[in-house]
Amino acid sequence: MTMFIPALRAEIAKLLTTKIWWILAIILFLYVAGVSGGLGALFGFLSQSADADASGSAPPTDVLAPMLYGTVSTFGYVFPVLLGALAVTSEHRHQMLTPTFLATPKRGIVLAAKSVALLMFGAIYGVIGVIASVGAGAGALALFGLDTQLGESDTWAMIARAILALALWAVIGVGLGALIPNQVAAIVVILAFTQFVEPTLRALVSLAEWAATVGKFLPGAASDALLGAPSFFTMGMTGDSLEWWQGGLLLAALALVLTVLGYVVSWKRDVT
Amino acid sequence: MPTGVPIEFAGLTKRFGSVDAVSDLSFTVEPGRVTGFLGPNGAGKTTSLRMLLGLVAPTSGTATIGGVKYRDLESPLSTVGAALEAASFHPGRSARDHLRVYAKAARIDPQRVDIALATVGLSEYARRRVGGYSLGMRQRLGLAFALLGDPGVLVLDEPINGLDPEGIKWIRGFLRTLAAEGRTVLVSSHLLSEVQQSVDEVVIIARGALVHRGPLSSLEVEGAATKVIVDSPNREALLAALTAASASFEIARAGVLVSGLEPGEIGHIAFLAGVEVSSLHRQKSGLEDSFLALVGEGRSL
Repeated sequence: MTMFIPALRAEIAKLLTTKIWWILAIILFLYVAGVSGGLGALFGFLSQSADADASGSAPPTDVLAPMLYGTVSTFGYVFPVLLGALAVTSEHRHQMLTPTFLATPKRGIVLAAKSVALLMFGAIYGVIGVIASVGAGAGALALFGLDTQLGESDTWAMIARAILALALWAVIGVGLGALIPNQVAAIVVILAFTQFVEPTLRALVSLAEWAATVGKFLPGAASDALLGAPSFFTMGMTGDSLEWWQGGLLLAALALVLTVLGYVVSWKRDVT
Repeated sequence: MPTGVPIEFAGLTKRFGSVDAVSDLSFTVEPGRVTGFLGPNGAGKTTSLRMLLGLVAPTSGTATIGGVKYRDLESPLSTVGAALEAASFHPGRSARDHLRVYAKAARIDPQRVDIALATVGLSEYARRRVGGYSLGMRQRLGLAFALLGDPGVLVLDEPINGLDPEGIKWIRGFLRTLAAEGRTVLVSSHLLSEVQQSVDEVVIIARGALVHRGPLSSLEVEGAATKVIVDSPNREALLAALTAASASFEIARAGVLVSGLEPGEIGHIAFLAGVEVSSLHRQKSGLEDSFLALVGEGRSL
């Protein structure tokens, strides 16, 4: 423990003294605000014209607010993962493991400190993402005179769980970075999985009952389950998802398993 | 003033696959002296130092600092300062931020950061991003990292590489100062000439194994095959006298290079022949010659 707190302070300082954390934070903010605000405006417009035409093609307006606020996880979770992975892979890329392990020779402490630092930064990303998704989403809903549901405690509980989800995703990034120390490879794998493989799988498994029981264990599905909000993937499909706490435990377990594997695969190796 | 403790290598061995990078290396480095750790590129110097610092796990054997393994040191950076390679920095971070990060990790007073930067002459560039640093400046920053905790033991891997002549002169004096303060100083190099002005002791390895250790002067004795340079205003008469005395010699740019005879004997030959001598001395490259003989000339990697 005597080495853990200093190591944690060093890991936080490492993140704060380079640009990448706020560059990714800005992109996260703009992306989530754009998606939440854009979809809010689109569905707001559709529901207005639906009222006029009396043809129900838009989602029910009562799930619209949590769905928009939940975009912070559904669309934004890739950013804390990237930050976590970069925090590990840049140590390899710039040969910084040498000074890092010279200052803190017990390597498990360094990895634990990194995970905790990223948990904190993931939560900060969660707050930034929530400001974007709630700000833009609620703004768009208000514009079309729809209920923002900001007065309901359920909404705020979901927002708190969204922050927890992004915090856990940052730690998953640390594990992935340790497992794939090559920076370019790690970024490619993360982008390919989060932007293509997982969305495709989730779309496919929703076509069959048996597959959906497996599909709910996909990390993105677990993240949506943790939020407990209707997401764009579960909308109008077989409503098979985990409880929110099960989703949270699944993400935490994923982070732990990846980090332990990464420790064995790359972290305790010789630094040459 | 922090005092140095001995560094001890005991039977240290590292095997990569079927190749012994370091085999059964044993020696002690004493405080208060500068010890040169010499050998050609690929001899296993860096691997040995990395094992000492807990970065590479030995296949067998131990390396300790004051009897303690690096990873068990209570406050590592305040006990041992190490500068290993010139590129261990995030290019986007300033020198000051770089050192501050590790000062935090090692619980070192943040004021030491500016002191270390001033010591190596980087104060002016402290807030500049490391990405724009020259090789020499990176070497100095590596050295500042080593000095961060004001340690009693210093381990420097090829610290002279990339320094300009002024920097080389400065670091030679600096190493002497550190040793005079009672610290343990271990400096690796692949060139004897680079460090011979600053080291007291030498440890020479080749192909992963110890080939020589002792004071710097021990190399002169080992290099018995030194030659003598002699010259005369009347070189023809000198050559005739040497031929008459059946000495073996060759003509060099600086004079006549005689082997197998002591300077006194050559002077005597010239005296008997009545030849005036304008220079008569031992060839100076003895240290380098015996170093090369020890490490096996042309077999370096």
